[in-house]
Order: sequence, then structure tokens, then C-alpha cells
Amino acid sequence: MKRLITAAVTVFLLWANVAYAGSTGSEKLKKSSSSSANECFEGFSRAMFSFNQAVDTTIFEPIAKGYRVLPMVIRNGSSNVMNNISHLLSIPNNILQGDFAGAGNTVARFAINTTVGILGFFDPAEKMGFPDKGKEDYGQTLGVWGTGSGCYFVLPILGPTTVRDFTGTVANLWGDPWYHMTTASDPMIADGMFEDSDYWISRGTSSVDFRAKNIESFDNIEKNSIDLYASIKSFYLQNRNKKISNSDTIVETQDESDWEEIDTN
Amino acid sequence: MKRNFFIFCAKFLLLFLFFNNAFAGSSDPRQFIQEIVDEAKKILVNSNSDKYKSDKLTEIALATVDIKGVGYYTLGSYRKDLTKEQKKEYTILFEKYFLKTFVSRLTDYSEPKIDVVSAVKKNEKYTIVSSILLATNKRAEVKIDWRVYTKDPDKPLIRDLIIEGLSLARTQKEEFSSIIESNDGDINALFSKLKEFINS
Repeated sequence: MKRLITAAVTVFLLWANVAYAGSTGSEKLKKSSSSSANECFEGFSRAMFSFNQAVDTTIFEPIAKGYRVLPMVIRNGSSNVMNNISHLLSIPNNILQGDFAGAGNTVARFAINTTVGILGFFDPAEKMGFPDKGKEDYGQTLGVWGTGSGCYFVLPILGPTTVRDFTGTVANLWGDPWYHMTTASDPMIADGMFEDSDYWISRGTSSVDFRAKNIESFDNIEKNSIDLYASIKSFYLQNRNKKISNSDTIVETQDESDWEEIDTN
Repeated sequence: MKRNFFIFCAKFLLLFLFFNNAFAGSSDPRQFIQEIVDEAKKILVNSNSDKYKSDKLTEIALATVDIKGVGYYTLGSYRKDLTKEQKKEYTILFEKYFLKTFVSRLTDYSEPKIDVVSAVKKNEKYTIVSSILLATNKRAEVKIDWRVYTKDPDKPLIRDLIIEGLSLARTQKEEFSSIIESNDGDINALFSKLKEFINS
């Protein structure tokens, strides 16, 4: 099965020309136009987008609204637990990106929040000087290494992605310690402590938590878009570029070139 | 007759002064955004009617946003191919479209608490002002950055809102571009979409 997936991904990468032979690395990516990602197969993606919208309206949004009824302390707590688990994926990616200070920070956060923070329910690490610097995944690592985004497409349920990010998603399964602790029941790490379902429950809770935090934002985007598919594509690509740049400073991430020529005075 | 004339002139002068100064705004970009934020907060209190909020926010947008500039940016390279008439039609349509989305986006926030935290001058034309929309029990804290056009230092104007690193102007530009491209480069398809949205 693994061979089949590897072969499929390889063919897909070659077909989509993800290699971006001329890329000059992350500096170029940092300020690249988010519209630079071409469509892989727009017709299919738009159909999947409509399908996802329907699934969201009938399943995810009602669940997210139900989740919002829970007391704030429970929602914050479960959000913290999911965030703490995601550190396990961030640590190898911090290292692969050469961000050793970031890796140290994430390790400290995980250690403190898992113990003092009662399995990540609370976030004492923040107060102890270890701030949350965001999640890192293999898609971002590929971006930091200079891989271009490749073309853009929409997957059923999983939503928007690019060839680079889809490759990262596959790698996220193989390279996520939490996945191995649960689904593979790796005896070296956590023999018999977790079950397959723990992984999928955590992924599901993470998605519901994200959806619940963004109910108004999504409604607002939907209400004010004349091409919702294009809006979501733009937001997705901008967000990935921002994450790859690993910068919180807007000044460093915004492309100036296309603003320069606008002169109405 | 003379008295009535003087009263009329005085009223006219007062009205002129009021509208001229309503959103004159500071020439310092940071102060300029702070004043807009404070004004919006007063408008968006729950006790105000939707009509009042809409009218006042429209006034603010007309006085503080470079709608024409945002419109040209949003059209991207397509604006170079427009005829004079098309440009005129687009400018009118875009203003209506922009004001509708601007009011709609903001009226969803009731009594927003925004702290203006810093300002960075990028060049002679632009300063990025950073602010934070404070968290409520419904949503987390949101970072909002404002691209302020400072070519005329005495009259700064907003050109973009960047929410959590995502530029609204860029998104709008890519949305418009998608519509034009999927209609074989026909700008009239965009005009139709804009009209449809404005009249909805």
C-alpha cells in the first residue's frame, strides 16, 4: 500500500511539475504573489468545493455551533490539548527548517504543558516565557527549503491544497509521532496507551475547534464574495505563504511591487 | 429678507464646516487610524439602528479610504485594456460594491475594541499601521494591519486591510481576476457580477 501511495505521489509531482526548477528558495517564496499557483484541474476543484460546502452546511457547521455552546473553559482547554499534540509534529519540522531555537521553544512548551498544564489542558508555558509560535508541518518545511507550491486543487473533505502541501500532508502521516503513537501503536513510544481512534478523534476535534472559532468569519466571507471559490483560494495561498515565511511582521510578508504603480492623485 | 439670507448663509457655512471636518483625520498615519477606529466604535454600538450604522460607516469610508485606488489595484493588469467609458462605469460600480461590502463586513462587529499598536513607514507612499482587535468570548484576538497611502502627507488614505496577514485587497483582486479569466477576458462579465451583487 505504501509503495502504491509513493508511486502515485511521484507521478503526480512529475505531472504537476512541482519541482519549480527556477525557484530561488524561501526568500522568493516569501514575497511571491499568491496568485502564482495555477489551477491543476479547476472544473474538478470547483465541483469538490461545492461538495465540501454542502458537507460543511449539513455536518460541520452544526457540530461547530453545538461545540460553541460548551463553556469557554472547556473549549479553551480542548483547543489547548489539540495544540499541544500538534507540537509533536512541529518539533521535527522546526529542526528540518534549521530553526533550532524554535525547536527548543516547542519542546519546552510540550514538556511544560503536558506535565504542569495537565496533558495540555492549560498553557502555563506561555506565562513562563515560551510563546506559541504556530504550527509547523512538512508542507511548510518543503516551502522553507525552496519548493514552489505547484498547482492548486481542492480535495473532498480535506479542502484546499497545492501539490507541495498535499505531499506535506502525506508526509505528515508518516512523520507525525502522534500518528505512530496511536495508529501504529509503536511499542517504543507508547505501548498500548492509545488506540487508532485517539488519532482520528484528535484530528476531528481540531477541525471542529477551528470551524467553531471561525463561524462568523466564514459567514462574512461567504456573504461578501462574488466568487467564493476564488476568495478561499486566495486566502489559503496567502496563509500558506505567511506560514512558510515564519514571520509575524506584516511589513516583511506583503508584496509591494503591485501597489507601487497605483497612482490616482 | 436680509436676516433670512444671513441665517441661510450661516447654516450653509456651518454645514460646510461640519462635513469638511467630519473625518478630516490626522496627518499622522497612526493617529489617523486611531481616530477612525474610535469613530467606528461609537457608530457600532448596539443601540444604533442598522440604517444609522450603514450611513455613518459609508461616510467614514468615503472620507478615509482611497476607493478609486483600491478599485484600480483590484482590477490588476486588466485596467490598462479598459476604454474611457468602461473605466468610468467600473469606477462607479466598484464604489457601490466596495461600500456595500465595507458596511456589511463592519456591522457584524458590535462595539469592537481595537488597540493601535505601531506604525512602520515602508516608503514615501505607504505606512503600515498595526492594530489588534481584542478577543471576545466568541472569537480570538485578531491582528489587523492597515495599509495607509501617504503620498499626500496631509491627507492619508486607507488602501488595504490585512487581517491576520491576509490582504483583503489582494483577495478581491484575485476574485475579480478569476471572474474575468473564466469568461475569456471579458470585463463585462465582471460588471454583470458587480451589478448582481449591488442589487442583491
